[in-house]
Amino acid sequence: MSDPGRGHHDMGGLPAGPVERGEHDYALWEKRVDALLMLLSDKTRDLVRVDELRRGIEQLGSGAYDELSYYERWIASITGVLLGKGVFTSDELGRKMAEVEARAAGDRT
Amino acid sequence: MTARFAPGDRVRVRWAHPPGHIRTPYYVRGKTGVIERICGSFRNPEELAYARDGQPVRPLYRVHFDQGTLWPDDQGRANDGVEVEIFEHWLEPAGAAKEGGT
Repeated sequence: MSDPGRGHHDMGGLPAGPVERGEHDYALWEKRVDALLMLLSDKTRDLVRVDELRRGIEQLGSGAYDELSYYERWIASITGVLLGKGVFTSDELGRKMAEVEARAAGDRT
Repeated sequence: MTARFAPGDRVRVRWAHPPGHIRTPYYVRGKTGVIERICGSFRNPEELAYARDGQPVRPLYRVHFDQGTLWPDDQGRANDGVEVEIFEHWLEPAGAAKEGGT
């Protein structure tokens, strides 16, 4: 388990609990993240490849990897890839996130 | 691209742990298996993961491992196996000097 040659995500063959076999619904935001990747990875855009997505997820670090849910890992990785390619800057993303947050707060009141 | 190995060849997965995005699972590294089929040639995902073009394409093989080779403590049936798709640059002829693992 503590072998430095093994990536944290590379857990094939390690002891694990039982497989959760129940079906579950996806939240709207999870479907949106999925759709976002489909659009970003299509042939015309080719901005985020599945290999880049996986690399970004592996680079989250063991703490975030374990804490984040499946689609949270996706959006964290997609964000990193797009930042790296200059599709948007951290500043632009941060301002947009604050704007959306304010809008959502306004909707709640 | 010409494939170095053919179905039936015994191969050993390299015992290597480079940093970066690796497509060869840890549990098969250093293990010996048999080429089950040649899947075709594809761009290298270990390069595609870093936004490079992944060229030249490389042969990808499906390699069969006996379950007992991977997990000696496994209590499964004697004929149980695992097949893993592995790119050519991770494989050596099984006759090559042993670098580690089993």
